[in-house]
Amino acid sequence: MTAGAQERRPSAAFEYLTTRKDEFVGWARKFSLFPYPFVTACCAMEFMSVSSTLYDTDRFGAALPRFTPRQSDLLMVVGTVTHKQAPILLKVYEQMCEPKWVIAFGVCASSGGFYQNYAALPGIDKIIPVDLYIPGCPPRPEMVIDGIMKLQDRIARDRHPIINETF
Amino acid sequence: MAHGTLSLLIEPARLLEVVRALKDRFGFDMFLDVTAVDWPQRQPRFDVVWHFYSTRERVRVRLKARVPEADPAADSLTGLYGSARFMERECHDMYGIAFRGNDDLRPILLYEGFVGHPLRKDYPKQKEQPLVPYRTNEAAK
Repeated sequence: MTAGAQERRPSAAFEYLTTRKDEFVGWARKFSLFPYPFVTACCAMEFMSVSSTLYDTDRFGAALPRFTPRQSDLLMVVGTVTHKQAPILLKVYEQMCEPKWVIAFGVCASSGGFYQNYAALPGIDKIIPVDLYIPGCPPRPEMVIDGIMKLQDRIARDRHPIINETF
Repeated sequence: MAHGTLSLLIEPARLLEVVRALKDRFGFDMFLDVTAVDWPQRQPRFDVVWHFYSTRERVRVRLKARVPEADPAADSLTGLYGSARFMERECHDMYGIAFRGNDDLRPILLYEGFVGHPLRKDYPKQKEQPLVPYRTNEAAK
């Protein structure tokens, strides 16, 4: 033990805080969502709107898009995904590190929307698990913000095992 | 005349001759599109439809040729218009029209392994050919 450590004295009343691990980790994670926008179609316009100044998802800690899935933990699938595109989406999803969440942005990503034909994938949940569906063609920015807040609530309530499966 | 455009119904065998005349003598210097129409009840079953545009006269012209289901093929225009390469590939994807002389008829909008021609009327509307196996309920748990 060094001399410096011995001399260290508590500086204020709140030197230590007690909290539950899951609540603490959940609080940290819900305000540091790094989205990866997988943008394929016209919903992109609405995504630009919701992520830029006027609606500003930065207020919710989900602003800075990472342009590699390896650095992101929120996959936003924005727009129609075709069967031809599906292997790419799956590869992107598999590259993301845990913990990760997926938002299906708009009705096409959620269910295929009005595309019920040879080309379109009828909902991305056919190939990857989805945490949150935002309906609308396209969704209003308010709906997207509402969806992000709902996801944040879920992350805050979730269990967050960080060392092994039980802790 | 149909829909405000001069429309010519020609014999498939005379296609190259007609197009060459349109290009050289009448100044249709731009190839717009080639597509097809499927008439399932009719013999011969397919219309192949070409559109050309004259940038000088600013007029369009439409060519139609009827091809049978047994041999859905037409001559390729790649020798006259380079842009025909991709459009003939698309038409081959969607309707299965083979273009004689186009050496690259790989899928362009569809993917390798796709069976059938989705814009033919007898292609089932809901039929899917996924490249990624769908998740089952077991995997979701």
